Amino acid sequence: MLRIRRAIADHMLTHALADHPDEACGVVAGKIDSDLPERFIPMLNAARSPTFYEFDAVDLLKLYKEMDAAGEEPVVIYHSHTATQAYPSRTDISYASEPNAHYVLISTREGLAGAEEFRSFRIVDGLVSEEQVVFLD
Amino acid sequence: MGIICPTLVVMTDMSLEVRIPTILRPYTGGERIVEASGVTLAEVITNLDLSFSGLGERLLEDGQLRRFINIYINDEDVRFMGGLAAPVKPGDSLTILPAVAGGSGATIS
Repeated sequence: MLRIRRAIADHMLTHALADHPDEACGVVAGKIDSDLPERFIPMLNAARSPTFYEFDAVDLLKLYKEMDAAGEEPVVIYHSHTATQAYPSRTDISYASEPNAHYVLISTREGLAGAEEFRSFRIVDGLVSEEQVVFLD
Repeated sequence: MGIICPTLVVMTDMSLEVRIPTILRPYTGGERIVEASGVTLAEVITNLDLSFSGLGERLLEDGQLRRFINIYINDEDVRFMGGLAAPVKPGDSLTILPAVAGGSGATIS
């Protein structure tokens, strides 16, 4: 189960809509082992693509150093799908490399206006399991 | 509350520290930072694989650095330092980070 403050989820959604039709991506960091996503960190999609995302390599190192120094880890890793449903693709599964993270997918595909999908998954050893999302006020 | 003893990494003269990402820590017995030696990145990876069997294969594919593994020497991406030929020296800090990437993948350009 992912527990996340509604305000942070709204930031993620706003980011996804702003970058549409390209995929948006980012992290919500939290204290190690807290399982509580607290610090919203939108990242640039270095691929600038409607079908692919990748954190810039320099930004990635900076992000992990900052999290290390703050005793944080990527509690949530999020990205958008801009033409398909909010479900991990084969690409998502093959690159998933944080077994402890909640992978949040947001769909901004046409026809959803105002009802964008926001779903959370664990991706471990190539296996996807969807989990409940609980929004905290 | 007990006394907390931080894990000590004993550094020999020729060694450098290597930061291991979460997903590769099963290869290092859970250690976040390990020691390795070498004068090029390629040598460091060879030595890492001798100490932590299987780790090399997670970094290399067909003898080249994997596209979606980032390695930094003192905060610089090795892709801009000659890749596997990148020089390393004792005391350097090497960081391994898998790319954070994915996407709907309908067509990857």
